[in-house]
Amino acid sequence: MRTSFRSMSRVVLLITSVAWLSGCTNIEPWVKPYERDHLADPIMALDSDPVSTAYMQHVYEAREGARGGEGAAGGGCGCN
Amino acid sequence: MNFKRTFALLLFGLLTGPAVAGVLPEDRSDVLYHLYVGGGVEIDGPSILVRKQLGNSVSVVGNYYVDYVSSASIDVVTTASPYTEERRQYSLGIDYLRGNTTMRANYISSTESDFDSTTYSFSVSQDMFGDLTTLTLGYAYGEDIVGRSDDPTFRRDNRRQQYSVGLTQILTRNLIAALNVETATDEGFLNNPYRSVRYFDPDVASGYSFEPELYPHTRTSNAVGLRARYFLPYRAAVEVEYRYFIDTWDIQGNTASLTYIHPWGPFTFTIKGRYHDQTGAHFYRDLFPRAQATNFRGRDKELSELTSYTLKLKVSYQFIDVNKGWSFFKKGSITASIDMLSIDYHDFSDLTAGAPVGSEPLYHLDANIFQVFVSFWY
Repeated sequence: MRTSFRSMSRVVLLITSVAWLSGCTNIEPWVKPYERDHLADPIMALDSDPVSTAYMQHVYEAREGARGGEGAAGGGCGCN
Repeated sequence: MNFKRTFALLLFGLLTGPAVAGVLPEDRSDVLYHLYVGGGVEIDGPSILVRKQLGNSVSVVGNYYVDYVSSASIDVVTTASPYTEERRQYSLGIDYLRGNTTMRANYISSTESDFDSTTYSFSVSQDMFGDLTTLTLGYAYGEDIVGRSDDPTFRRDNRRQQYSVGLTQILTRNLIAALNVETATDEGFLNNPYRSVRYFDPDVASGYSFEPELYPHTRTSNAVGLRARYFLPYRAAVEVEYRYFIDTWDIQGNTASLTYIHPWGPFTFTIKGRYHDQTGAHFYRDLFPRAQATNFRGRDKELSELTSYTLKLKVSYQFIDVNKGWSFFKKGSITASIDMLSIDYHDFSDLTAGAPVGSEPLYHLDANIFQVFVSFWY
């Protein structure tokens, strides 16, 4: 368990460092705001139906041994 | 019951939504009916979500979810009696937007006749690099109380913690990707108080007897998920997703899916294939050689070696056009879907077949999952 926390801490430290550094740099966005019409299309939403997504993740968590890592998550009994 | 202790911890994802900061989530309401049928189990109920913005920087969300369970599953018919159960879950959340930073706090409460769960979670999202990158850090803490319906004095506790990091990245004008890393730890009474393991017993006619499960008191898991969605030239989208999972119970899992989304007038069609494969927990056995053969023992088929396949078909009809609106609604849609789930268990025998001990056929599950929901944006 300690190893997991340590590796997780490293990931958090790395990413937060990048976040802090972003305030010191001036990276030019390579996709301009006016070029994001496709990304703004509803079919590109990573989770357009949060209630349904949560329900399905709950179904899988009840029937498989794995959990997490899928961005949005869900819960509930649903049982044996 | 092992899944019960993870659900509330993970549900905060529903309330927080995907890792997109700088803009508050849209005001919307969803009313969903779900139905699961398969393996002698029927579960149905509603889920209602309401999200509303208060001013320019605060959004609140509430969710009410119910499972009505009627179970005569393979576990139940071989070691217990069919039962009915009801679970109710309430959750509340608040999002606070300040500049490019969004802070979220959530509270979730779930109750059953023999299981109570409470979860608190907090996350921070930050937009960076011209809003091309969104970083999310999350933490959740949960407590469970495990009971037994046949023993009012039985009470065991669990504590759960979850740490997550999410990175959503716009890669090109047609491609967006998300990376999620999650560590979860459980501590306490982690096995099902009702479930039994099977051991070889030459003194009985069936050749085997049962004794209660006994799980380790801690579990830590790590999961890494990567997904990418691409906008196709003729206005359709394709998404690929992969997740690697590993935990201290020696379960390793690989999950992959492929989704295709195709709009056609007011309709949107979705087809998705999902594959999951996992190894079994180190203390899992389908048949132990004798009573109390190992320090820890379990026969929960969800912890066994298995492979699952799902085919999803979904259609959505937008009955309030986003360009016209209706009354104070900006948009409205109705969606129906079916998920056809099939699970091959590689080390879990079907005891209902009545075969001699040790030579029973492996169990196989087929289930259909139906959803119908109405959504309004305002």
